[in-house]
Amino acid sequence: MSKIGLITKGFLKENPTFVLVLGMCPTLATTTSAMNGLEMGLATMFVLILSNIVISLIAPVVPDKVHIPVYIVVIATFVTVLQLLMQAYVPDVYETLGLFIPLIVVNCIVLGRAEAFACKNSVGDSALDGIGIGLGFTASLTVIGIVREILGSGSIFGWKFITGDGVLAFVMAPGAFLVLGYLMVLFNKLAKR
Amino acid sequence: MAEYLLIIVSAIFVNNIVLAQFLGVCPFMGVSSKLSTATGMSGAVCFVITLATVVTYLINKFFLVPLGLTFLQTIAFILVIAALVQIVEIVLKKISPSLYQALGIFLPLITTNCAVLGVAINVVTKQFTFGGGAAHMLNLGEATVYALATSLGYGLAMVLFAGMREQMAQSDVPESFKGLPIAFITVGIMAMAFLGFSGIV
Repeated sequence: MSKIGLITKGFLKENPTFVLVLGMCPTLATTTSAMNGLEMGLATMFVLILSNIVISLIAPVVPDKVHIPVYIVVIATFVTVLQLLMQAYVPDVYETLGLFIPLIVVNCIVLGRAEAFACKNSVGDSALDGIGIGLGFTASLTVIGIVREILGSGSIFGWKFITGDGVLAFVMAPGAFLVLGYLMVLFNKLAKR
Repeated sequence: MAEYLLIIVSAIFVNNIVLAQFLGVCPFMGVSSKLSTATGMSGAVCFVITLATVVTYLINKFFLVPLGLTFLQTIAFILVIAALVQIVEIVLKKISPSLYQALGIFLPLITTNCAVLGVAINVVTKQFTFGGGAAHMLNLGEATVYALATSLGYGLAMVLFAGMREQMAQSDVPESFKGLPIAFITVGIMAMAFLGFSGIV
């Protein structure tokens, strides 16, 4: 696959949210606004790129029997690094995303890419794969966040265009499932054409 | 006693782990297409969440906190959970082969179920308020009850949803809604119903 293909496949062909349907928990929980979705996507991308790089480096020497535990420890290490960095430099973002930062450890996208791509490809390609899938995930989360923010609070990236409240249900739990469901329908329709 | 009751109602209905907290959505979607597998998975999750919460609570209290290693929580907890799932698998195989047969394929999947890690981390880092009481950290008894009730809530949501999905398999769904999209929309409506419980505790 070409280098550009590695980066762009995350948006459509292998979109982690709408095609592979992975990492649903953070997708639903953190997309209450466009900004939150964007931040969660970037945080996941950080872990994804670094874990892909390290796993592609160590994969040849890791015995097959223990490869999953080893990969999880690598991922957990980068999640801890991310947690400490965020606590130090962007404490309020860390506060909003809360539990879902440590939960990147069990995000199937990260372990999935390690298993499916990083362990059998070169360091450079693995890094590009991390960037591509990470960007795809970030884009999906931002789109869901934008839709929920417009419907739920009548604003976009915090800029309010109506007075009063929107349809509050879209900021709360049911809206997350509904918006994701309908966006998947839309994605299916567009992909078929 | 009243407090335990509040914890149970709040964890099962008001703050349902799937429908309000979005934890464990992947397996929820993955194994809920048949009622029998949904029940099996619920049983396995119930067992592991409760056990994992008690063990990680004790490890945090008697090991990580005294040694000042709380920043290692994420790594330590995921390793404990992975090891625990392995041990449960081995023990079950010896003690109750029939239960092992029933839960068999679901056990290894649970390691990557974020509900387990999520509840374990929540219990040791978050302050809880139930009813009119003051916000406080849970003690071991409360944590155990909270974990058990939360996982029962997981089972309830999963079994209810599996029942609906079995019905839905018979009905005529538009082409682009087929499969997961219609499932997500159904869960959305279910979550709206559960929103009706908010405010009762």
